[in-house]
Amino acid sequence: MFLKKSKNSEALKKAFIASLPVMAGYSVLSIGFGILLNSKGFGVGWALAMSVFIYAGSMQYLAVELLAGGVSLITAALTALMVNARHLFYGVSMIERYKNAGKKKPYMIFALTDEVFSLCCGEPPAGVENKHLYYFLVSLFNQCYWVIGSVIGSLIGNIIPFSTEGIDFALTALFVTVFIDQWRNTDNHKPAITGILASAVCLLIFGADNFLIPAMLVIIIVLSLGYRRKESGQNA
Amino acid sequence: MPDIHSVLLVGVIALVTVGLRFLPFAVFSGKNKTPRFIIYLGTVLPFAVMGMLVIYCLRNISFLSLPFGLPELISVLAVVLLHLWKKNTLISIISGTACYILLVQLVF
Repeated sequence: MFLKKSKNSEALKKAFIASLPVMAGYSVLSIGFGILLNSKGFGVGWALAMSVFIYAGSMQYLAVELLAGGVSLITAALTALMVNARHLFYGVSMIERYKNAGKKKPYMIFALTDEVFSLCCGEPPAGVENKHLYYFLVSLFNQCYWVIGSVIGSLIGNIIPFSTEGIDFALTALFVTVFIDQWRNTDNHKPAITGILASAVCLLIFGADNFLIPAMLVIIIVLSLGYRRKESGQNA
Repeated sequence: MPDIHSVLLVGVIALVTVGLRFLPFAVFSGKNKTPRFIIYLGTVLPFAVMGMLVIYCLRNISFLSLPFGLPELISVLAVVLLHLWKKNTLISIISGTACYILLVQLVF
């Protein structure tokens, strides 16, 4: 009993430490979201509801504009589809990893944002026995930071006495470190290079607002070619 | 009384977003075995996705106008070098972010 407890507390500790960079990045982004939403006339209840039920950083920023503009439901649905289609990739990547996660699984899937994915797409740190508990706690901690920050931003965001410009770079830095860790842990660098190149080229061609879906299509096509080669290699 | 259209807007955005997250699990997590192609994608996609996310974070920098994306490029380079050298995630992120804050608030 005691042993089990200490094992779980290890998962708790490691999940908290892993989530610290996200706490740094989210603190700015979520407070900024709360402030922006409030400035458009949507108070703390809206901030809370959106961060609890949508929980998607860049989408919530866009949603403020959609709300303020009073766009049609179809426009809102299509925008969410375009901006968040990348979440399909997270699901496909986590099917095996989240298998048999039991009662925690629905929440783990619900909370699968960019940041959670970057922390959960690899094995948990050494010493963590219950990996699904670890993934669950990382997801929960991250959303808590996001929800709390949104509420704080909505209530008192306007009176922060110092400039926080630039702190959100913590999330970019997090993604770069995960990219490097993944790079070091594999000999096959083609998928990583495909991701960078396809996205960069599509960004140049389609622009910042429209490049994600074309980039995803190119990535899928290029990676499928790798599968074909692998298959025919096995048959030969 | 919040206006109904805004409530519906939030609801639609939440449904689409959460739907996208659940869809792969709903399609492939049933009793049938996951197709081998999907398992293959699951093993290679994370590498491609992290590359895509890094580009996504840098999507709004402009190389044609001041400061030519220099704060971002310098800070990303700092993170890369530090991480290759020290292999410590927290050190890399804190230093890179501090570097970026100094650059955007004091230099550029």
